[in-house]
This record gives sequence, C-alpha cells and structure tokens, in this order.
Amino acid sequence: MSGLITRRNFLRSSALAGSGLVLAGCDQFDFLGSRENPVRHAMEQANVLTYNVQRTLIGDQTLAREYSASEIRQGQRPNGSTEPSTPEYMFLQMQNFEPYRLTVKGMVEREVSFSLAELRNMPSRSQITRHDCVEGWSCIAKWTGTPLGPILDMAGVKPQARFCVYHCYDNIQRTLTGDILYYESSDLVDAYHPQTILSYGLNDQVLPVANGAPIRLRIERALGYKQPKYLHTIELVDDLSPFGRGKGGYWPDNGYDWYGGI
Amino acid sequence: MSEANDAAGKGPLIYRQSIWTRVTHWVWAICLFFLLLTGLQIFNAHPALYIGQQSGFEFDNAILEIGAVNTPDGPRGRTTIFGNSFDTTALGLGMSGTAERPAFTGFPGAVTIPSYRDLGTGRVVHFFFGWIFVATIFIWFVASFINGHIRRDIVPKPADIAGVPRDLVDHATLRFKHGRHYGPLQKLAYFGVFFILFPLIVATGLTMSPGMDAAWPWLLDLFGGRQTARTIHFITMALLVAFFIVHIVMVLAAGPVNELRSMITGWYRASPGTPEAEGDRP
Repeated sequence: MSGLITRRNFLRSSALAGSGLVLAGCDQFDFLGSRENPVRHAMEQANVLTYNVQRTLIGDQTLAREYSASEIRQGQRPNGSTEPSTPEYMFLQMQNFEPYRLTVKGMVEREVSFSLAELRNMPSRSQITRHDCVEGWSCIAKWTGTPLGPILDMAGVKPQARFCVYHCYDNIQRTLTGDILYYESSDLVDAYHPQTILSYGLNDQVLPVANGAPIRLRIERALGYKQPKYLHTIELVDDLSPFGRGKGGYWPDNGYDWYGGI
Repeated sequence: MSEANDAAGKGPLIYRQSIWTRVTHWVWAICLFFLLLTGLQIFNAHPALYIGQQSGFEFDNAILEIGAVNTPDGPRGRTTIFGNSFDTTALGLGMSGTAERPAFTGFPGAVTIPSYRDLGTGRVVHFFFGWIFVATIFIWFVASFINGHIRRDIVPKPADIAGVPRDLVDHATLRFKHGRHYGPLQKLAYFGVFFILFPLIVATGLTMSPGMDAAWPWLLDLFGGRQTARTIHFITMALLVAFFIVHIVMVLAAGPVNELRSMITGWYRASPGTPEAEGDRP
C-alpha cells in the first residue's frame, strides 16, 4: 500500500526532471530573436490577433482612464531620446522653436502646416493620464495639447489613407552610416481618438526638451513608444513598408509589436 | 484479470485521465515553460515591483528591486524586498555570469528566453503562448464541466475538507493510496491552480495592457492599479512555480512511471484491492 521510493526509481525520475532544468539553462531558444526566423514570424501573428481583438473589444472612442490632480506625484520620467543632436533640432532649440512647423502631408486633399503659436491657439485639451512604458513602469502626468483629429480634417484625409506616419527630429540611434531618426505610425482609429493630442504642455509647464519639445503626440491607449517625441511631420499613407525597415516604427523595426496596446 | 494482478502484488490498471485532461495538461506544461522564461525576460527590462497606479521614481512605493551595486570588493548583485537589502550575487540575481564577463540583469540569462537581453522577442513569445494558454484554459473548463472532471476531481467537498488532517499525515509518511479519486490535498491544490492562480495571472496580465484598461477600467480598480496588478502577476508566477515544484516532487514520490503513463495514455495502476469498476470508461 505504501508508495515506496526505491533508489532506482528516484534516480530515474531525478534524471528526467533534471533534463527539464538543463533545457532551461541553455540558449537553444535564442533563434527566436532572429527577425527572419519563420517560427518567430508565426508567433508574431499573435500580435495581429491581439490588435484585431482589441479593436473589436474596445470602442473607437472609449477613453483611457484619466486621473485626478492628486495622482501627479512626480515629474514625467523621460526615456529614449532626451537631447536630440541633429542640426535641424539644435537650430530650432536655439531659436526657442520659433521657426518650428508641424506639417501634415501624404494622402491628403491639401498639405497643411502650422507654427507652434498656431497650434497653441487651437482648441486645447488637458488630460491626466498614465504613461505605460514597454519596460514595465508607469508614470502619471498632465498633458495639454490640441486634438489631432480636427487637424487631420483640415488637411482632408483621402479615403485610401490607412495609417499616419509620425516623423521625428530625434536621432534615436547613431550608426557608422549615419543617424537613425525616430518614427512611429498608428492606424486612423488611434489618430482620431479624442485623447490623441499634439501636446505642448506637461504638468502645467511648457513641454521640456527631455519629454519631446516642442510637440509630442499622445496616444493614450498604447505604450510609451507609440507616443513620438520631437514630432515634425505627419504623413498619411496606405502602406508602412517604405519607411525604415518596414515595420511601421523605430521600435517595431527592432522587434517590438506595432500595435503597442498591450 | 483482477485476481491475476492481485496475485502478482499489483493492483488493476484503471482508466483515470480523459483525453481532454491529458492534452490540456501537456499544452499547459509547454505554455508555462515559455511564459515563465519570457516573463523573466520582460521583468528584466525593469526589475522592480510597485504597489499602486504608477512606479515611484520620486517617491517610494517599490516592494522589490533587483539591481547591482559597487562595493569595495567590486560589483555585487543586490535584491531589496520591503526595504531590506540582501546580497544575491550567489543566486544570480542582479549579477551573474563569470568574473571576466559579468552580466547585470535582474534574473540571469540561464532562466530567460532569449538568454541575452531582448525585450521585444520576449514579448512576442510571451503573448503567443499567452493566447494558447488562455485558449487551453477555456477548452479545459468547457470539457471538464461537461465530462464531470471539475465536479468529481477538482472542487473539494465537505468530506474532502474533513479529510485534510489525515491526508497531511499520509503525505508526511509518504503513504499514498492509488485509486481513481484525488485526495483532499490534491483537490485543494488543483482547485487553487484552476480557480485562483490561472484566472489571476490572466486578469493581472490583461490589466497591464493600456488597451484593455480602456475597455475594462474595472480591472484597474479590482487590482488597485496597473503596478499592483504587475506585482500580483509576478507573485502568482512564483506561486505557480511553487506548485510546479510540489507537483514534480509528488509525481516522483508517488511513482513517476505510473503517473506519467496515466497522464500520457490515461491508464493508471491502482493499489492492490482497488475494484476495477472504480475506473472511468475509456
């Protein structure tokens, strides 16, 4: 009746269990890190599923949670580029962003551009939201800016446009063959979302350089890397493959999922 | 057949695990292996846990931090739990690798996928197996509700609760009765995994998604904030690892060949004297 553990049984079982641990100790799954690997490619389809399910589940106009002022307990933690060193940006910074223009182009009826003063004079929206970094941390801050939707309407988005590509000033990566400039993209649902603003204010102050001055886009239902800093041009397109390495953003080009809502 | 078995000192082979139980078991085993190792990879991108909506950088709401510090004897791995710091170099926490090539990550590369730092890949693999894990949970609940597995084997009955002390003694003395039915502690363990840990780890995982927080803001209220949810996700992981260790020890103690056979073929060698009719119909 008693369950005897014989020495032979125990050794045999230990070897079996041990082989599982050895498996974990090796680097035999590192091939999944290769962007070209077909297994990885198949696994990436789970992110397409996540995108489709979340778009079905979440109303296009559903807001991200907004917090009370008492929840602002610290400054907004800067991450990624914090001091762009491209000549174009450094020139603008020296001029206190006076010559800055935000341009909307691509698949639009008319290309439009706005100065910082013009953007600041448009209807504004302030929102206290939680910024979720892909690394895992969160930070609550108050963002002030003008909604992107009406600006896209001023340009007149053509029916065939499917994505907004956001071009930025910052050289997120410097290589021997030149700078890699940050860019991101979103679908039109995120672009027209009521909380999607071109922010120029942070915690009731002028948006600092470390957080993306003069304009940072907020897409509140996505992770931090979907919220491009130092934004200068919004391009309406129907295909993301011509930009960067074709995945729709600097971080997506480096293996991160494009949607960024998870 | 029963008499022949008894004569040989063996109990009868009875059918114990349905195809649904067996297939979902092994799919989960694979999923949890990858979810754990990619989860530690993701954790390493910011090896700290907090209580609340946000992460305190200018105030302190961290309950766990794994990092490295410089000491007069060189760099050391340091883990801080509830304000108490420990040197965890020996465990590979905060610092691992060789003296010539030290690595400064939360968890060592030996327990992450990939073995080097690659958050993007960790997330791709984590979410892929997350979907399979959730789909398998759904299939298991539907099948086990219909075939009675949940009612008979998982949900503890009053008699099971009453039998806990006796079962504790049996376990402590390594006396196991092999029959069709699960023991009280077995039921409690599986009940905890299926009805508490699995739902908890899925729900806290969803709470970390800013998209899901917009769709279901009650998730944030249920867990007391995104960062608390992340902390609970981590603790639930640790509890599942603890379950796994006990699970393996019990399989070894109860007869690994018999246990493995029943989880692969469904057939289980019961203790001598067990009526053959006790088994399920295959």
